[in-house]
Amino acid sequence: MARVHLWASLRRFAEGQEVVEVEAATVGQMLDALVKAHPGLAPAVAAGLSVAVDGEVIANNRAAPVKPDSEVYLLQRLKGG
Amino acid sequence: MARDDVKTGYKLIGTRPNRPDGLDKVTGRARYGADFSLPGMLWAAVVRSPHAHARIVKIDASKALALEGVKAVVTRADLPTGLTGEDLNLQDNTLAGDRALYDGHAVAAVAATSQLLAQDAARLIEVEYEVLPHVTDVDAAIAPDAPVIRPGVADYSVPEGMHGNVARYMEFGHGDVEAGFAAADVVREHTYRTEATHQGYIEPHAAVGQLGEDGRGEMWVCTQGHWYIRRMSAAVLGIEAANLRVTPSEIGGGFGGKTTIFMEPLTLALSKKAGGRPVKLVMSRSEVLRATGPTASASMDVKIGMKKDGTITAGQVYFRMQGGAFPGMSPIGEALPCAFACYDIPALKHEGIEIITNRPKAAAYRAPGSPMAAFAVESMIDELCRELNLDPIEVRLKNGAKNGSKSSYGPVYDVIGLQETLQAARAHPNYSIPLGPNQGRGVASGFWFNHGGETSVSLAIGEDGTATVSVGTPDIGGSRASIGLMVAEHLGIPYENVRVNVVETGALGVNEPTHGSRATFASGKAAIEAANQAIREMCRRAAAEWGIEPEAVEWRDGAAHPAGPNAGKHPPMTIGEIGAKMGSTGGPISGHHEVTAGGYGASFGTHVVDVEVDPETGRTTVLRYLVVQDAGTAIHPAYVEGQYQGGAAQGIGWALNEEYIYGPDGRLQNPVFLDYRIPVASDLPMIDTVIIEVPNPGHPYGVRGVGETGITPPLPAIASAIAGATGVRIRSLPCSPPKVLAAIKAAKG
Repeated sequence: MARVHLWASLRRFAEGQEVVEVEAATVGQMLDALVKAHPGLAPAVAAGLSVAVDGEVIANNRAAPVKPDSEVYLLQRLKGG
Repeated sequence: MARDDVKTGYKLIGTRPNRPDGLDKVTGRARYGADFSLPGMLWAAVVRSPHAHARIVKIDASKALALEGVKAVVTRADLPTGLTGEDLNLQDNTLAGDRALYDGHAVAAVAATSQLLAQDAARLIEVEYEVLPHVTDVDAAIAPDAPVIRPGVADYSVPEGMHGNVARYMEFGHGDVEAGFAAADVVREHTYRTEATHQGYIEPHAAVGQLGEDGRGEMWVCTQGHWYIRRMSAAVLGIEAANLRVTPSEIGGGFGGKTTIFMEPLTLALSKKAGGRPVKLVMSRSEVLRATGPTASASMDVKIGMKKDGTITAGQVYFRMQGGAFPGMSPIGEALPCAFACYDIPALKHEGIEIITNRPKAAAYRAPGSPMAAFAVESMIDELCRELNLDPIEVRLKNGAKNGSKSSYGPVYDVIGLQETLQAARAHPNYSIPLGPNQGRGVASGFWFNHGGETSVSLAIGEDGTATVSVGTPDIGGSRASIGLMVAEHLGIPYENVRVNVVETGALGVNEPTHGSRATFASGKAAIEAANQAIREMCRRAAAEWGIEPEAVEWRDGAAHPAGPNAGKHPPMTIGEIGAKMGSTGGPISGHHEVTAGGYGASFGTHVVDVEVDPETGRTTVLRYLVVQDAGTAIHPAYVEGQYQGGAAQGIGWALNEEYIYGPDGRLQNPVFLDYRIPVASDLPMIDTVIIEVPNPGHPYGVRGVGETGITPPLPAIASAIAGATGVRIRSLPCSPPKVLAAIKAAKG
């Protein structure tokens, strides 16, 4: 199962967990599984996130693959100049 | 650094051909936003709020409409209702609803047969205001007595009990910071402030819009991203995106400020009301400064612990940033992860809030958030280095992020080039030049994530064997040349045989803007894939001609060659030969690729600056300036150097002079370039550059974006150099002469 790291101020929406394990093959499935397990995270996901999968920051590609042993970090949606 | 998975030994990549837009720009042929005109075109002018915060009681346009030649007036009542979220914010900023939220907020717009007439008519539109309490300062906005500007603005992230002007809250980190501080020999804690600055692009916003009563329209506009202009304008006006065709002009700078809409939909709204006549709107510089996105101002608490040998044991920040009167516009979400991104520190804590104020809706500005964060953290590290008598580059080499380091914001870095930039800076002659009286040296490193994003590119082979590439990313910093070089290298043809065009919204799939240092990386990567598709087809055509399998054909040096034991002997078939007869061998040959591009590598740089401070006036002169930055692979090194120099110049301006100054009435006091002081050529020395090349494994030619990191280190580097020259530390930008002089006098007692 992929390990999804939540930033500290998101943890209150996931029963205090720092890392949530989800079964997912893509970023989109990972986000959907996260919200299903912890509905309190829905506003954060809806607001837009950047996701880092195994070190690579993925801005908005729900189709990007996630492996069973992936380390995933959620980040606020990043903007560039 | 040799890498097996990245190509080397290029013929064209790394050369410096003439820029494709050069002749047009130096002869005045290049068409910028304000250069575009159409028959029957009207001119527009905008009525703007003179108040920082006011209820709009009444708008009376009857006197303006009575003028001969005035064709239309629009107010918020002419725009559709029912929008939500960011679409509503965009509409609210395009034209104020029941309240003006900042000095310069658009309230009404008028179209007339000449620019002067439109301006006269705008002055005749009478607006009755009820002035409301305002706040413009980032810290004052969360004082207990501060007026709550937009009740209910807080999003899901804001814990209960915070001030009503807090829109967003964020916290993250790792390790035990208290244990880290306990393990340090020195722990210091200070507050640093940066003022809002403007992107300062040389070309003001300009657009010509045409919209018929059938809801079909066109726009010609100066922008970094015409699909964004299309989507946002369509949302604000309630029309379908496909019915709006947007063509970008050449662009005189954007730096993030042209990734969104400000006045563009007004041209369409006025056009529709004026019977479909095209409407042109060109902002004045004062309008640009008052009403288009500056970046945020920031107030930042930093605490860092360091051992006597320079080991950083822990770091902690609390950032407060205001992004104007609209939520989601401050770069707090970028600033926090950038704060310690250059370091590998065992314990870190980041907290931050976004605050609403009566200022214009902020927009992205080159590495959004990273310069402010660097000013706070890199200044503090310099202070610790000076206190412990440590070399600032050695401390950064000791604590700096490397390949495989866990980043401060969580993910592990893949292949990065920070250490290489530090080593090159240490070895550069500038770092050992002796300093004279009143002179000081500053060092700082900087970071930017870079970006890939939605990208669509097409490539077509010509009958003469040339190639035309259609991209959707406006060329701000040399992307046409860089993409042309990569495509020419890939096809094996001369650079001069490739033309790269930036095309309109009807010609390609959706493209994100040129932002996040992505154009050369993402459009280039897609162009290479499009070229691969065309190469496969050209090999197939040659194979058919030779009567062999396509797999027995390889492409090199601009021609198809038989390859392998069973291919037989055939003379190479050049791209020109294949192009000349493509009509009779199966039709046009092209390639297309669309992708949400990933694999962009993180960007790091290190700057070294020497300054001299006049103790009589407090004026700082930049004596010499060095930028060292990792480009991955420098496709066109002259453009890369230009990006490094441009970033440094903007950062120097932010450090020394630039600031938004608001009066007690909440009005911007310096909305012209005479009073908003950006650096000019005579203010700057030649900026030395060193290009480091640590190829990015996420790109076939190793490219990393280079556009943004360069603005980040100058803020702390300059302040640290001034500290070296004067012995006083400026923790609130800009380091303007009066502020530096006052600090020198205060230090002398």
